[in-house]
Amino acid sequence: MPVNVEIPVEKWSGSVRTVKLGATPAEGGTRSRSVTIGGANTLPFLAFEGKVPNPPCVAVEVRAVDPSADWPPPLVKAWGSVLGDLAAWTKAAEAAGADLIVLQLTQTDHAGERMNGPKARAALRTVLQATGLPIIVFGAGQAELDNEMLVAVAEEGAGERLVLGPCEEKNYRTIVAAALANGHLVTAKTPMDVNLSKQLTVLVHDMGMPLDRIITDPTTGGLGYGIEYGYSVMERLRLAALQGDNMTQQPMIVTPGEEAWRTKEARAGEGVPAAWGDWEERAINWEAMTAAALIESGAEIVVMRHPVAVARVKQMIAELMKA
Amino acid sequence: MALSGLDIYKLLPGGVKPPHPKANCKECGFPTCLAFAMKLAAKQAELSACKYVSDEAKAKLSAAAAPPIRLITLSADGRKIEVGNETVLFRHEKTFYHPTAVLVRVPDTLPAAEIAALAKAVADYKVDYVGMSLRLDGLAIEATSGNAGQFAEAVAAARGACTLPLVLVSEVPAVISAGLAKTAGITPLICAATEANWEEMAKLAKAAKAPLVVRADSLAGLAELTQKLAAAGVEDLVLDPAVRGFAGSLQALTQLRRLALKKNFRPLGYPIIAFPYLGAADPGLETLLAGQQIAKYAGFVVLGRFNPADVYPLLVLRANLFTDPQKPIQVEPGIYPINKPGPDAPVLVTTNFSITYFAVANEMESSGLPAWLLVADAEGMSVLTAWAAGKFDAEKIAKTVKGTGVAEKVNHRKVVIPGHVAVLMGELEEELPGWQIKVGPREAVDLPRYLKTAW
Repeated sequence: MPVNVEIPVEKWSGSVRTVKLGATPAEGGTRSRSVTIGGANTLPFLAFEGKVPNPPCVAVEVRAVDPSADWPPPLVKAWGSVLGDLAAWTKAAEAAGADLIVLQLTQTDHAGERMNGPKARAALRTVLQATGLPIIVFGAGQAELDNEMLVAVAEEGAGERLVLGPCEEKNYRTIVAAALANGHLVTAKTPMDVNLSKQLTVLVHDMGMPLDRIITDPTTGGLGYGIEYGYSVMERLRLAALQGDNMTQQPMIVTPGEEAWRTKEARAGEGVPAAWGDWEERAINWEAMTAAALIESGAEIVVMRHPVAVARVKQMIAELMKA
Repeated sequence: MALSGLDIYKLLPGGVKPPHPKANCKECGFPTCLAFAMKLAAKQAELSACKYVSDEAKAKLSAAAAPPIRLITLSADGRKIEVGNETVLFRHEKTFYHPTAVLVRVPDTLPAAEIAALAKAVADYKVDYVGMSLRLDGLAIEATSGNAGQFAEAVAAARGACTLPLVLVSEVPAVISAGLAKTAGITPLICAATEANWEEMAKLAKAAKAPLVVRADSLAGLAELTQKLAAAGVEDLVLDPAVRGFAGSLQALTQLRRLALKKNFRPLGYPIIAFPYLGAADPGLETLLAGQQIAKYAGFVVLGRFNPADVYPLLVLRANLFTDPQKPIQVEPGIYPINKPGPDAPVLVTTNFSITYFAVANEMESSGLPAWLLVADAEGMSVLTAWAAGKFDAEKIAKTVKGTGVAEKVNHRKVVIPGHVAVLMGELEEELPGWQIKVGPREAVDLPRYLKTAW
């Protein structure tokens, strides 16, 4: 008795906005290629239902200051001596499979002195020269300093289609203005809430920033530390986007690397239960699993840290795009 | 077409005219026929719980009343697995009810002693996560040898070493039959019936009263087989859409869940079993594929090997995604030592909302600073919400300080309260005579700096 199974297909009216990062010489920058994200008109990887024109991207984080003292050994060991050399680290990140480079600015420089505009400028210059990949620059989390550094970075990288962030409700005007003036994009970061995310997109857009230059950062928790909140907010944002809600259609960026590597599971090698298993394997799994779950709930960019986790997640994305 | 709760009520003993003598008898476990009807409409109950409904009503109700994804139970000596009965595609729409069962494959080619050791290790595996005990659920004994005698010995070795539910994996009926001979008294899952062997597998499943996996590489093939098996009297079925890789598995499992929930398509209204080790190139990718299948939408996931460093993140992912979004995870109130605190370590107090707890615990863990973290029972609310709702006041904080016995663990009398509730300071000094109340930062991220400078 042959059975006719009709595959249920949703007729979505909306799609994720297409956003292009990085500018090649022909486009006024110096990147060897640009990267396009977004554009899907179905849920992640459901090729039977719609088109998924661009794969999610892995961005790898680099810093101008050696983080060895703060980062746990499995992460420090993986990069080795490049951690103290921004250009070498950037090249190693590209070799590890990065689609994008995140320059994570810090509050102090390698000598422990306060960072400032000129120092941030120099760091960006180093990264621009070390790689042809598009670049995202994140502030250090201190509004006044970030405004100073990101304005300098925006000028230094004029025309490169950098992504500057994070813009937050309390501090977005200066960053948006600098990005607007120099042809860059911004990330808009809100604390795990659909409506706050929409609202900040509206505020940034109201300053004149075109929607195809805004990437939303809905914020997430690491695996075991609130990932389910980020996961569900991302699913809700993506469903709203597909249902045609204009201000939820920005591509999404999240930072599983940062979240995973601050957990005890990634940081603690001694004095933990045997049931946690091998430290290095567990720590890499923690980052890869956090990133994987967020990609499958809709992330277009995941910012990561460990080269093995990066390679694994890249392979997963390649598999998911095979359909 | 699904019936509403009221439509269903009119067919139940309490709703028919005139009412049945057993109206509102409560034997179904619900207080009234109307309450039962509402649960049936929400697909959270089964009509078989009512003994007095008429045959005519049964016929009308059976299509509408059965859950769109059948509940399947495996049991063994007290430990059991229940999967199915899911009602949504996305956890935020309601919740996911029955956590994906995570099992470990045991090839029958291993020596009996190794099988016993592996079975025991899987059965004993337990990891504490925010007051929950996370465990693995069972073993899948695989007839890798293809030999009935060897398979039976492997099943016996596993049974002798643990009380976990079992899946018996072979497409050869004679091999399954030999395995079933060693599973008296428990309900294993037979894996799998195919187009080639389904009639014999159906007989074995019926005789053993065991659920049966149906394997086919197309959804139409699966539906054809489940209908044949249902006609043969085997109704407890599990689906194996034999599509193994990331993309194929995600799409097939999504299609199956949608068919069951949105189309109420009976022939595919069963839980799904997945074998991530068959679809991933290496153990690292296998763990990610297993995670994908836990999220979307497997009832059973069989891991290729037992490795705590893979199992722990998977079980945490499962615990997170199967948490009811309406009832956020609450941390057990009490005292949490962080970074091996001694008698001079600071005492911090916060609420038992999981994210609040994680924010504080995480910042402290990564700072390396020792502390005694006191978690007050604020009914799972964050600091500000709980304070506004009167669930995190001076009295509650004082009760927490006293109830946790922290005074015996430290040689000082200082406690740090969250900056958001600085207003409680005066009142708290009265509630906790002899203690110095210190006002900490508003955000957890600022705690390490605060402790370095202000403690």
